[in-house]
Amino acid sequence: MIAFITRRLLLGVMTVWLISILSFVIIQLPPGDFVDAYIAQLSSSGSQVSAAEAENLRKLYGLGEPFYVQYGKWLARIVTGDFGESMEWRRPVTEVIGDRLWLTLLLSLSALLVTWGLALPIGIFSAVRQYSFADYAFTLVGFIGIAVPNFLLALVIMYFSFVWFGASVGGLFSAEMALAPWGWDKVWDLMKHLPLPAVILALGGTAQLIRIMRANLLDELRRPYVVTARAKGLSEFRTIVKYPVRAALNPFASNIAYLFPYLVSGSIIVSIVLGLPTVGPLLVKALVAQDMFLAGTIVLLLGVMTVVGTFISDLVLMWVDPRIRHQMD
Amino acid sequence: MAQIDSEKYAVATQLQLTWWRFRRHRLAMVSMVLLFACYLLAAFADFLATTDPHATDARTSYIAPQGIHLFDDDGSLRPHVYGIKGVRDMKTFKLIYTIDPSRKVYIEFFGQGYEYDLFGLIPTRVHLMTLKDAERGDGIYLLGTDLLGRDLWSRLMVATRVSLTIGLVGVTISLFLGVLLGGISAVYGGIVDTVIQRTIEVIRSMPTIPLWLGLAAALPNDWSVLQIYFAITIIISLLAWTDLARVVRGKFLALKEEDFVMAAELAGASQGRIIFRHMLPSFASHIIAAVSLALPAMIISETSLSFLGLGLRPPAISWGILLQDAQNIQTLALAPWLLISAIPVVVVILAFNFLGDGLRDAADPYG
Repeated sequence: MIAFITRRLLLGVMTVWLISILSFVIIQLPPGDFVDAYIAQLSSSGSQVSAAEAENLRKLYGLGEPFYVQYGKWLARIVTGDFGESMEWRRPVTEVIGDRLWLTLLLSLSALLVTWGLALPIGIFSAVRQYSFADYAFTLVGFIGIAVPNFLLALVIMYFSFVWFGASVGGLFSAEMALAPWGWDKVWDLMKHLPLPAVILALGGTAQLIRIMRANLLDELRRPYVVTARAKGLSEFRTIVKYPVRAALNPFASNIAYLFPYLVSGSIIVSIVLGLPTVGPLLVKALVAQDMFLAGTIVLLLGVMTVVGTFISDLVLMWVDPRIRHQMD
Repeated sequence: MAQIDSEKYAVATQLQLTWWRFRRHRLAMVSMVLLFACYLLAAFADFLATTDPHATDARTSYIAPQGIHLFDDDGSLRPHVYGIKGVRDMKTFKLIYTIDPSRKVYIEFFGQGYEYDLFGLIPTRVHLMTLKDAERGDGIYLLGTDLLGRDLWSRLMVATRVSLTIGLVGVTISLFLGVLLGGISAVYGGIVDTVIQRTIEVIRSMPTIPLWLGLAAALPNDWSVLQIYFAITIIISLLAWTDLARVVRGKFLALKEEDFVMAAELAGASQGRIIFRHMLPSFASHIIAAVSLALPAMIISETSLSFLGLGLRPPAISWGILLQDAQNIQTLALAPWLLISAIPVVVVILAFNFLGDGLRDAADPYG
């Protein structure tokens, strides 16, 4: 059990490390060094940067030194919470990102809950009532869920809600609440707006999970112990839920580790279509404007968030599945 | 299996068995034919286009789709469309161009249109349909036009070619990486296997879209359309080979224990011969299935990136770029036909999924 946690923790650290390198590469990639870009940006907006200041900045970020030294200096500053300054907004990156990171997390977690909440009962139902009308209907919906990229789904839903109800469905807050300080009213407003984007985001993953759950449960239902349980006179509900469902849950739970990165990823593009105040639109804008500190930081934070989320889901998996808990002992 | 007699069944090759089994999967068969048709369409994209997909004209901005009228007034078969006319909007005094049903423009088959290279090789001007005696702004506009007055049908044809081939190129790269690394992982085992497997796990637990976006945004602005095309393909494949590598490794490890591999080893076959002559044929169908399931993911990736404006860039045309025009609700309310580009995306992805499912079922002909 300790071995499992350690292994997963190491893997998480490795991933974060790799993501940090990639984020730094992203910051570095545009032609010229970023102090040049920074100075150009500042002078185009009217303010002057003296040669001494530029030299200071260069020294601060170790420009002109080998890649690993620059990376090291950047990392050292990150660890102390200094992510640099956004060139476009002229404010510290952390300030620009603000609540957006938490809203991204909230959206992804809600989508995860929706995925579980829908996939589990539908998967069980489809397996138990195999080849019934509802099974076929769910399979069809599932295939559409897989085939329609979630940003397309968001577009189509936006269009039809506009045509039928004349209202826009975008955003996470109503107009008057968007800038209001946090309070119960704002939380309630958020709760009202959250379900639609969460469901749109969740549909693709749900469709896949339903199919996995259905296939796993079908395998389990054919096993002799199910016949034994039934012959023993157990009620149908207990026969199914008590043993086969628990056994079928295992690969289902291990898939969650890949579901979370998928959802975080998807939230970027869905947010852009629906105009949600998550880090998604900010990232794309930053990349287009080559505001590299902001972009790199967002990629890094999303990566860290994903790794932490995945680690937590691993712990959940361990809690659900005794085989993993005892495997290592 | 009734129509195939048992003797034929017993001596059939792996490929024949797979094919017989695959044929029974109706949906997969239909999907295969459909996809074949799509690739055929893509090969003749310019021939099927009716107007130059890059040509802009302020007069033809947001013309609604119009069908082809087959019969003339006297009942004779003379396919035609209507011309366009300018109407002064009395509120804004702007000149607005709309369809003018009083003026017919006849369609000519195999007529001369804009110049293009058939299959990228043969310069020609022949198109399936062109207009005879057209005035400026007249067009067939089967799917309407966009803001800049470009014909959506012609653009969709060219976009289909780009998006479908980007999937193929990307999958080829992923397949190469996947088979190579998956194979190495399985054959050598030990520390090499551990390193490759951990790398796969690390890549799989990263949120892909932000990384793609970051890497794609860093591509230099002065690159040509073709360079960007290949760079995007490589970026997508670099994160997409992991599934294929897992399939290859799993199959390799399973087959290693099979009796026929042991037999070949005892007969003194070289390792290369065992891998390519004995093992590869028996999991080739699994790889094909994995590839056909990886293709739609590739296509979605390209579409998403281009949709966000960080994938292929205009003047390139792909499904993502077409959908980019349909991004905001104001535009959609004005020109809902822009959303038509979403239909081929969904149909092709669905077809690839069915095909992949059919192939996966057929890949185990003895199962």
